[in-house]
Amino acid sequence: MSPIVSFIVSAIGLGMTLLYGSTGETLTEKSGHLNLGIPGVMCVGAACGCFAESVYFAAVGIKGTIPVLAVLIPMLATILGGALCGLIFSFLTVTLRANQNVTGLALTTFGVGVSEYIIAQADVVGPFVRGNKYFKASLPFADDLGWFGEIFLSHGILIYLSIAVALAVTFFLNRTRVGLNLRAVGENPATADAAGINVSLYRYLATCIGCGIAGLGGLTFIMDYLNGTWEYMIDDLGWLAVALVIFTVWKPNLGIIGSFIFGALYVASSFFAKYGISLSDQELFKMLPYLVTIIVLIITSARSRKKNQPPAALGLPYFREER
Amino acid sequence: MEKSDKKIRTPLFHIAKREAMPWYFGVIVRAVAVVAALIVAGVLVAVLTGKNPIQVYATMFDGVFGHSDRIWNMGQKVAILLGISLAVTPAFKMKFWNCGAEGQVIIGGLATICVMVFLGGKIPTPLLLVIMLVASVLAGVIWAVIPAVFKALFNTNETLFTLMMNYVAIHLVAYFLKLVAKDGSGVLSPLPQYGLPVIADKAFLLNILIVAAVTVAIYIYLKSSKQGYEISVVGESENTAKYIGINVKKVIIRTLVVSGAICGLMGLLIVGGTDHTINTAVVGGRGFTAIMVSWLAKFNPLVMVLTSFLIVFLEVGSDQLNTMFGISSSIADILTGIILFFIIGCEFFLRYKIVPNKNRKENA
Repeated sequence: MSPIVSFIVSAIGLGMTLLYGSTGETLTEKSGHLNLGIPGVMCVGAACGCFAESVYFAAVGIKGTIPVLAVLIPMLATILGGALCGLIFSFLTVTLRANQNVTGLALTTFGVGVSEYIIAQADVVGPFVRGNKYFKASLPFADDLGWFGEIFLSHGILIYLSIAVALAVTFFLNRTRVGLNLRAVGENPATADAAGINVSLYRYLATCIGCGIAGLGGLTFIMDYLNGTWEYMIDDLGWLAVALVIFTVWKPNLGIIGSFIFGALYVASSFFAKYGISLSDQELFKMLPYLVTIIVLIITSARSRKKNQPPAALGLPYFREER
Repeated sequence: MEKSDKKIRTPLFHIAKREAMPWYFGVIVRAVAVVAALIVAGVLVAVLTGKNPIQVYATMFDGVFGHSDRIWNMGQKVAILLGISLAVTPAFKMKFWNCGAEGQVIIGGLATICVMVFLGGKIPTPLLLVIMLVASVLAGVIWAVIPAVFKALFNTNETLFTLMMNYVAIHLVAYFLKLVAKDGSGVLSPLPQYGLPVIADKAFLLNILIVAAVTVAIYIYLKSSKQGYEISVVGESENTAKYIGINVKKVIIRTLVVSGAICGLMGLLIVGGTDHTINTAVVGGRGFTAIMVSWLAKFNPLVMVLTSFLIVFLEVGSDQLNTMFGISSSIADILTGIILFFIIGCEFFLRYKIVPNKNRKENA
């Protein structure tokens, strides 16, 4: 594999991890919820998925493993774990009308702790690497197609799924009635309520589903990008995913390109190490995704074009009797 | 009308806003929430680890108060967390969601260590200390004012902006470490000879005294000064503030100067006062924890002493659990999370009341 191709492959791998996080967060933010718990949610999602994988392998043994189940069971556990976090968040912010920033940060603290605890209980080495084999299974003829095959066909199932999910969420938000309702809730909950939309239900569902999607990002990172080795840095990626939502101005389809760019910026540092970039300059490279996000944030707010703004009610609680 | 009324399903209760309650009501509700959270957390630890919850809390208590060294250590941790919480408070009271304390503290620490490394030993010590102080405060101010200026100019979302500034700061520290540690290890050996002076042979005493002074100062600033009043008005309603002639943009920027300055000072205390070196995890998430400490105390600096103690108790206590029973120290984060959820949730019962619907039987 030539260095350029391996760079692109690795950028896609990391980028799609972020794509899950940003797609999930975009869906949540469209309902007016600023969920700063996403880093914690991604940790919990990854831990639940990995734990389920090791439990499954322990239960059926090496011979009894069915590849489809070895992929589906962790994914299901991840989505459930993520959605459960979303449920905690929405219960506090919707039903108990708590402040979203504080609740989100508390959820991140909680999620990081929970994931570390779960992983401390799991058999980390064997099952994770074995699980990686199933997650990374790619088309058999991918290797025969040279660079084209490496870049487009050599990935595991989770990578393709992330793109499908991003496109599906875009379609849902822009082309369906329920999606329109959801955007109405995020822009102006009072008007949406007057039009007969159940604001609380929409916010609950958008948050829980969004967290489920975001959780898959954590699983992708461990099982696909890191080839089944556990690392305690998913929460850093979570913040990057939150940044990506802004970078892509709340559009999941742009997120596909955006996440690739972020992934490329992130892995660029180690890639360029071979070409005489010093260790210290690599650290400056790692700063780029955040700097780029800041610039996008400033430009979108300064130009204040209506199309590229955050949902108007982002971060605000809604209580019918309080207007 | 009577016929159609039958079809309307009346819920069991509805939620209404409370009238102003006496002050002790808030104290009681919060105390109940903390106790409930401690019970839930204790049961959870017991289930997860098979240890008696009372024994668990006794061990945590011993880890925090068991020895005079431990008490000093606890005092130091409370002081730093309290200091950072004080820093974010003026901004929060203004509803400026400064999630960038992490970065503002670490950049203050970076400025301190830069002065220590590059000027240490070359100029007289008193001058060195003054330069350290000025540099750290200035660095914190710059890091806080950049988002504030854009907030004032373009209404740029400050939560996200400050979050990103954290990571820029952290990577700057990583850059600095790779630059200074010539062996490429990225570890800088401590330089205690250029640190802040130690008073009365207690390494942490100076930090604690400085934070105590800052606590009182911020309390007076928020409660009794004109600027503190302006902060409250802008926080309650920006439109009201404009109407009565407060220059909102000026208040935003000025408040973030205060916020950043204290953050930078905390960076000085961490790096110059105790660690004498720096690494990327030197703040260790306390910039975020501070937000919750401040929120739980309802922005009252004196109550923050208690709330920051609560968080530190859990953290230090969990470390003790780890050494004594081998319980994963991640339990600290879980316990903190649970307690925060309870306290955040109990706010609801302070602001609203649940009223049973009286006429439900007639409709049914």
